Amino acid sequence: MKAHLSRRYLFSASHRLHSDAMSEEENQSTYGKCNNPFGHGHNYTVEITVSGPVDQQTGMVCNLVDLDAFVEREVLARYGHENLNTLPEFAQEVPTTENLCIQIYEIVHRGFPHAHLERVRLEETMMNSFEYAG
Amino acid sequence: MLYLTRKAEFSASHYYHNPALTPEENHRVFGKCNNPNGHGHNYTLEVTVKGEVDPRSGFVVDLKQLKEVMHREVLDAMDHRFLNKEVPEFLHQIPTTENIAIAIWQRLASKLERAKLHRVRVYETPDLFVDFYGEA
Repeated sequence: MKAHLSRRYLFSASHRLHSDAMSEEENQSTYGKCNNPFGHGHNYTVEITVSGPVDQQTGMVCNLVDLDAFVEREVLARYGHENLNTLPEFAQEVPTTENLCIQIYEIVHRGFPHAHLERVRLEETMMNSFEYAG
Repeated sequence: MLYLTRKAEFSASHYYHNPALTPEENHRVFGKCNNPNGHGHNYTLEVTVKGEVDPRSGFVVDLKQLKEVMHREVLDAMDHRFLNKEVPEFLHQIPTTENIAIAIWQRLASKLERAKLHRVRVYETPDLFVDFYGEA
């Protein structure tokens, strides 16, 4: 039997939305207050959904201990309490929540071997969220 | 096609243990969930059904009937119970959230009259939930 398992994690980070490809005026009109030069922060919630057959012996899609350890090491330790703009993956790319969602998807998709990644859903605030399924 | 979701809550205790494994293996695989005296959760159940809107009633499903079926088939059996000892499905199967979602699907699927079961979602905590779509 195939089931989907979803787990939510919290981390806090700062960013500034600014594109070098745009003029100051364009940056201002595109990103508004998110373009403030000193940046600002969010409490992000990342929801990771994996799927697979429920193992007869354990009753699990995958062991949460493995998923928690992977996400803690590869995602939360990487992005928690960081300024996203200073990280290599955002050197050339604007750290919008869309792009951050794609980055997290790629990290889990590439590195987590114990279940199939269905999607990553990233909440920037309680009022907005983004989903990426590859 | 419309989708309609009804929520319910139940509280139950469980523990994870596979008699085919040694005590050491059980502890390694299931960690603190292996404590034989069990522990509990407030589960939230979301049942999503799908169907066409009945032109006479304007309903996809009679919500009262859905509520009754959920109460009779799920809550009466699982609410304030020790799942491993009191719910037949879990006498020989580990009551993980995955298996609870599958058991609830199997209890509900044949009991619904008009609408078709689309998804069973079981939250063990607000940060951990399982979706089952009836897939083999």
